[in-house]
Amino acid sequence: MATEKARTQTIGAVRRSFAPWTDPAATPLIRFDNVVKRFGEFTAVDHVSIDIYEREFFALLGPSGCGKTTLMRMLAGFEEPTEGRVLLAGQDLAGVPPYRRPVNMMFQSYALFPHMSVAENIAFGPKQLGMPKGEIAGRVAEMLKLVKLEKFAQRKPHQLSGGQRQRVALARSLATRPKVLLLDEPLGALDKKLREETQFELMDLQMDLGMTFLIVTHDQEEAMTVADRIAVMNNGVLVQVAPPSTIYEAPATRYVADFIGDVNMLECKVESCANGDVHLASSVTPAPIEIAQSVEANPGDTAWLAIRPEKMRISLDAPADMTRNCFTGEIWDIGYLGDLSIYHVELPCGTPISRAWWSGRFPGKTRFSSPSRRAPAWS
Amino acid sequence: MNKNLSWFNVTSLALGFAFLYIPILLLVIYSFNASRLVTVWAGFSFQWYVSLFQNEQLIDAAWVTLRVAFISSLVATVLGTMAALALTRYGRFFGRTLFSGMTYAPLVMPEVITGLSLLLLFVAVGFERGFWTITLAHITFTLCFVAVVVQSRLVTFDRSLEEAALDLGCPPFKTFFTITLPLILPAVLSGFMLAFTLSLDDLVIASFTTGPGATTLPMRIYSQVRLGVTPEINAACSILIGVVTVAVIIASIATKRAEKLRASEERAAARG
Ligand SMILES: Nc1ncnc2c1ncn2[C@@H]1O[C@H](COP(=O)(O)OP(=O)(O)O)[C@@H](O)[C@H]1O
Ligand SMILES: [Mg+2]
Repeated sequence: MATEKARTQTIGAVRRSFAPWTDPAATPLIRFDNVVKRFGEFTAVDHVSIDIYEREFFALLGPSGCGKTTLMRMLAGFEEPTEGRVLLAGQDLAGVPPYRRPVNMMFQSYALFPHMSVAENIAFGPKQLGMPKGEIAGRVAEMLKLVKLEKFAQRKPHQLSGGQRQRVALARSLATRPKVLLLDEPLGALDKKLREETQFELMDLQMDLGMTFLIVTHDQEEAMTVADRIAVMNNGVLVQVAPPSTIYEAPATRYVADFIGDVNMLECKVESCANGDVHLASSVTPAPIEIAQSVEANPGDTAWLAIRPEKMRISLDAPADMTRNCFTGEIWDIGYLGDLSIYHVELPCGTPISRAWWSGRFPGKTRFSSPSRRAPAWS
Repeated sequence: MNKNLSWFNVTSLALGFAFLYIPILLLVIYSFNASRLVTVWAGFSFQWYVSLFQNEQLIDAAWVTLRVAFISSLVATVLGTMAALALTRYGRFFGRTLFSGMTYAPLVMPEVITGLSLLLLFVAVGFERGFWTITLAHITFTLCFVAVVVQSRLVTFDRSLEEAALDLGCPPFKTFFTITLPLILPAVLSGFMLAFTLSLDDLVIASFTTGPGATTLPMRIYSQVRLGVTPEINAACSILIGVVTVAVIIASIATKRAEKLRASEERAAARG
């Protein structure tokens, strides 16, 4: 128990101090430089520039069809960019075929060779490198141990469960010790529980091997869990690149705010904006809204206020300080989820049905029957 | 299972089998006839089989047929597989529609036309007609059958398997031989079998493209039958039927067994 705790703390410390993207002197390992990819008339990737640093766990996040896989395939060498460059360790990859790139990919479908055993699948990469036989056997054993499949070495892929196949695919792509591992929706085919476990295993693995991982996912929780930084994409365009906490706390656009987690959106007018203090007015509440966030805005501008449900407090009685940051509304629905409850609150003037979460403290559901009047307040 | 076996089904099944197999059965029975007269039964005898193996003309023809069939189906399998790869893989290349149309044309082209046009070509080029012209002609007309069989396998082939091999550092040529070919091999083999049997029993195209000194078994049988059916021919045909039947039975048992093995392996995997 004690050692586990210590280990978590060191990882935490390492993770916190790991931020090469803030260091202007650091050179990126992978650089997408104004990359465009068109399929005929259709633009799948539209002027994307990303820098990814060594030892980083980087996630490409976006809805299905937004161009994540296409971007990754350009790094692996299966697609050539229409415009722009892809650089690996400063070297332009244009014209370098996939079999000469020190980058391995774990495919969404796993793409295990069905006519080879687990051990042969894993040995395939090292064999292509011309490694001596004895060394290959050692490497295969090491990989099997890494993914805990020692007993399955002689099985064929169709004799394995989905989770085991996923591990074989991972072991196979790691066996050549590539500089970069690309993972295309690696956990998409697993059930929720196994997926969550595997996310943490991937994080540990990436830390232990000290490798650079680039993961593609449409699951925002997965990206938030595993990644050092997340790139949010939409329709082939890069929307925001930032660490998970920044993406969550300070989303760059309405799209990001809406895509990541639950959020309430309110249209507001900017009253004043000075030294990171923004005053807003909204038609849904007479009280002024004050927020402390450094955004550039001019008085009179229309702004969208995004409030996370868990940052709101709900009370039956009017709060003591009604002068700012509070709303009144009617509770319509209460969803009890165990660790928290979801309240659907309708604000006056027919405007948005708002969500607030509640955990702890609040009396049980039975005490009030909706709809009844209360005063949700937030700060 | 027997529920659907109404009298109608039984009758049509019986009729179908009767049409298919009564002539063949008759042929086999009469090959053991002691009489020289084909239609008069005069007791059981192996004599026609003995004389068959002393009939050098028939033995020669059989030998020519086997060599033509083997060489032509081998070459047709290689070329047909390559054509199928080109047609499925290189999505849009210049003249794709024309190329695919041209690959399939011999499937529906009357054999007489294929034979005649090949004959004209060989004459125009000044090729000496014989064994090699038959072989070339058989390559031409069996190639498209191989292409069709292999192509139907390739359209369901998961391309990410090849990409995975490339990704792991395996060059394209080697990828084809270590990943693609082993996986499409059943289709390639059945393409080969198809080409082999098509070549084996072709009469029309061989007749057009042959020259002196190269007579295939179907040609020899046909020319002898015109002079009257001899029990020797019956014996030759019975042997052919026997060979084909044994081959088909072996092939189907082998596939069944492979399937069963795979199914039991999968069940074992499901158990954990
Ligand atoms: N080879 C291709 N030809 C034509 N369109 C393609 C091709 N590959 C991808 N696309 C299109 O590009 C878009 C992005 O695809 P993809 O990168 O696979 O999305 P994602 O991985 O984010 O779900 C999709 O609309 C897809 O239809
Ligand atoms: Mg994808």
